[in-house]
This record gives sequence, structure tokens and C-alpha cells, in this order.
Amino acid sequence: MEAEILVVDDSAAIRKILQRVLRQTGMAIGNIMEAGDGEEALAMMQSHKVHLVLTDINMPKMDGLQFMGKVKATAEWEAIPVVMITTEGGEAKVAEAVRLGAAGYVRKPFTADQIKEKLAGILEPALPL
Amino acid sequence: MNVKDLIVNCIQHATRQVASTMLGEELKPAMVTMERDTSDVRDGVVSFVGLAGNWAGTGSITCSPTLACKICGQMLMTEASAVNEEVLDAIAEITNMVIGNVKTDLEAHLGPLGLSVPTVVYGHNFKARNAGHAEWIVARFEWGEEALTVKVSLTPQDGAKGTVHASALLLNEPYAVDV
Repeated sequence: MEAEILVVDDSAAIRKILQRVLRQTGMAIGNIMEAGDGEEALAMMQSHKVHLVLTDINMPKMDGLQFMGKVKATAEWEAIPVVMITTEGGEAKVAEAVRLGAAGYVRKPFTADQIKEKLAGILEPALPL
Repeated sequence: MNVKDLIVNCIQHATRQVASTMLGEELKPAMVTMERDTSDVRDGVVSFVGLAGNWAGTGSITCSPTLACKICGQMLMTEASAVNEEVLDAIAEITNMVIGNVKTDLEAHLGPLGLSVPTVVYGHNFKARNAGHAEWIVARFEWGEEALTVKVSLTPQDGAKGTVHASALLLNEPYAVDV
């Protein structure tokens, strides 16, 4: 089964880079959907099946932590792993992300290998048997 | 180490790391200067990110349209011949990463800082002004024939008083503070 992934970042450049990096991982990945902020991402999740979310933190309208809080508070979505990919590298932000249920945390700038390594143990368990 | 040296180190480390990781470019640090708002009029691409907390101010990246297109091309593996939406977005994200990493490194010394989303300007004959009249720490990097300029301006706010020597504030020299 192929994973359906949602990439949430207000930067089109980062969404494009993550599309490329995800395709290079060699993992079984189907659609890679994109959203520019948390509100748009929530709307997308209501109409599309998602197995994994990669999200930035600092975004307009609804930031990544608020967005993840809503995902984890929704019974239908709470098991979906959310990985933060952000410039916010301070211990307080990382701790808050973990407390809210983040499955992983990657600090920008990132390499393709860092993304691949982070997703290796997260993506496969997230797929239905 | 004083705040000025700390900020210079953070800018140079963050800029070189972002350029190396995201653009495959090993940048060479060049001259560092202190600047008040200058009266010279500029052309090119300027991106700003706000910083807020016990110290508040702005981080900025400036480059020529040619270098902006080159940065976009190396970041997205596409070719950009003119400054367009994609180029502006790439410069905004590079600014977010550089100043975001400067912010994270500074937080260990100056306390928690918030980061705004970036604003990018591309134009001719414009002038940028810091409303707080604080000095800019200006770090330049050589990029072939071009130059990338990274600036940070920070001033202590009320909450920073406990960590700032009163004499430095009286002299209006917050960058002289030891951290």
C-alpha cells in the first residue's frame, strides 16, 4: 500500500523541495498533497485520506502547533503521525511539539538523508495492514 | 563575548549552514560592519523577518536580482531568469531559515524570541528604514562575483533589563553587553 502524505508549509519552495525529497526516499508513497497553512490542511484532511503529515510551525492563519493540536484532538485523525519540519529549534518549541503529540522533529535546513532517516520508522507503521 | 560578537558568530554560522545544506554552496564570510540607517537608495531583493521577546528587532537578507535567481535555481533545481513569485518565495524561505537559526542560537543567551513570517521586497530605488533607529550588524558573504548581505538589528526591551548592564543602555550601546 502507498502512503498518502500531506505537506503543510506556507513556503511553496519548501513544499516543492519536500515533494522531491519524498519521491527520492524510495518509500512507497502515493499522493503528496500540499497546504499553505493549518486551516487549509484541516480542510484537505476532511476530504482526503492521509497517512502522514509533515508540517512547518510558523505559518499564517493557523500555525503548525495549533494545527497538530486539532489533528490529535480528532478521534478519526489522532493516530496519524505528524512530523514537524521547522526553523524553530529551541528546546521549548521541541518540548511543546512532543507534548502535543509530534512523531518527529526536523530542523531546517535539512538534508534529504535527514528526512529519509526520520521517516523510516514512522511511515511504515502508519500504513494500514 | 559581547552581544555584537555573539550575533556576528550566529549570523556567519547560520548563513554558511543554510547555504551549504540547501544550496550546495560554501560561502566565504567577508566584511562585517555596523551601520545606522543609511541614506543610500538601493535596487534588488530584500527580505525581512521580525524578532520579538526580551530583545526585539529585525533580521534581513539583501542580494541582487541576479543572485536571487541563482539562489532560487540552486534551491529548487530549476532555472529562473527573472525575479518572479518562485524566486521571491525562495528568498523568503532562505531568510526564514537563516534568521530562524540565528534566533535559536541567540535564545540560549538572550532568552526566548519569537519569529515573524518573512516579507520580501523587490524593486528599484528604494530605501529601507529601521523605525527603532537601532544599529544594524551587517555581515557580508562572497558568492562568486556577487555578495549576499545578512543584517540583524536588536535592542533590549523591558524584560531584558536584568541581563543588561545599565551603563550599556545609558550609553545606548546594547551590543557592548557581555553575555
